[in-house]
Amino acid sequence: MQKHKDPLVIAGRTFNSRLFLGTAGYPNRQVMLDAVAASGTEMATASIRRISLAGEEESLLDLLAGRVHFLPNTAGCQTAKDAVLTAELAREALETDWVKLEVIGDRELLYPNVEELLLAAQELIAKGFIVLPYCNDDPVTCQKLADLGCATVMPLGAPIGSGLGISNPHLIELICARSTVPVVLDAGIGTASDAAQAMELGCSAVLVNTAVSRANDPVQMAAAMCAGVEAGRLAYLSGRIPKRTHAEPSSPQFGLVGT
Amino acid sequence: MGMIQGMIRINGEGAPLAAATLAELLVQSGVDADGKGVAVALNGQVVRRASWAETKLSPGDDVEIVRVRQGG
Repeated sequence: MQKHKDPLVIAGRTFNSRLFLGTAGYPNRQVMLDAVAASGTEMATASIRRISLAGEEESLLDLLAGRVHFLPNTAGCQTAKDAVLTAELAREALETDWVKLEVIGDRELLYPNVEELLLAAQELIAKGFIVLPYCNDDPVTCQKLADLGCATVMPLGAPIGSGLGISNPHLIELICARSTVPVVLDAGIGTASDAAQAMELGCSAVLVNTAVSRANDPVQMAAAMCAGVEAGRLAYLSGRIPKRTHAEPSSPQFGLVGT
Repeated sequence: MGMIQGMIRINGEGAPLAAATLAELLVQSGVDADGKGVAVALNGQVVRRASWAETKLSPGDDVEIVRVRQGG
């Protein structure tokens, strides 16, 4: 089908699925694994946290190794320094140069701290990382990140975990139209139509976690997100009709009965 | 004498220094021998897996031991 002819390439790695999936917050591990399978994703996010001396659960690595690529994040880091160290630890733990760079400036909104984000991106790129930054839906910030050498930009649609959808579709569309690197819509997705909308606006991929993991049926929602992303991508490639203020008849205007 | 003097910090908490090397400390902390999915920083610098056995600990050292977890 179409999706196999339309691969996404990021930093030389080819993806046939344009959906990236988070691994946190599922009711249990089996549901998480089933959701990963149902989503068709080829890349799943992970976090890096201090070990618990009270004993460890089964390793995420063991559960998903060989099934997906891992994209470790620097979630919760508030300074470039902490984010860089977390990325370096992730590189050692997961043997990957890829990192979802997240530097938070506000604990309630989980909005990026752009100043620290740019510093961290620059440092990590210099250290050979493939940097996928979670960032504001701001074309200037996105441009700066791309200019630094980030592999993608990942603007937020709405605050992390909010499920509000894409608050400013116009800006996301602008970012997509101008970006020199793939744009991944990260954060804010609430349901499948949001994922489809992101793709229709020109995003190259979508990253979803909470909307799947906290759905009543996470596995089914994972399948819905997969379908939403594919539908949105096909619609984007097909070229939508222009919007009109008045009706435009679709049936022929001649040969009407009774005239 | 087997007693080692001094304190270190492990994941932000003070602890008596009771291991000669990083590898020993990891065993004491319940990390599997292969350390899969685990990473360690000593005083803000990542120590590669291959160097755990030869990395000596000293009083005042700050050790971070992390592992891969679920995340978004």
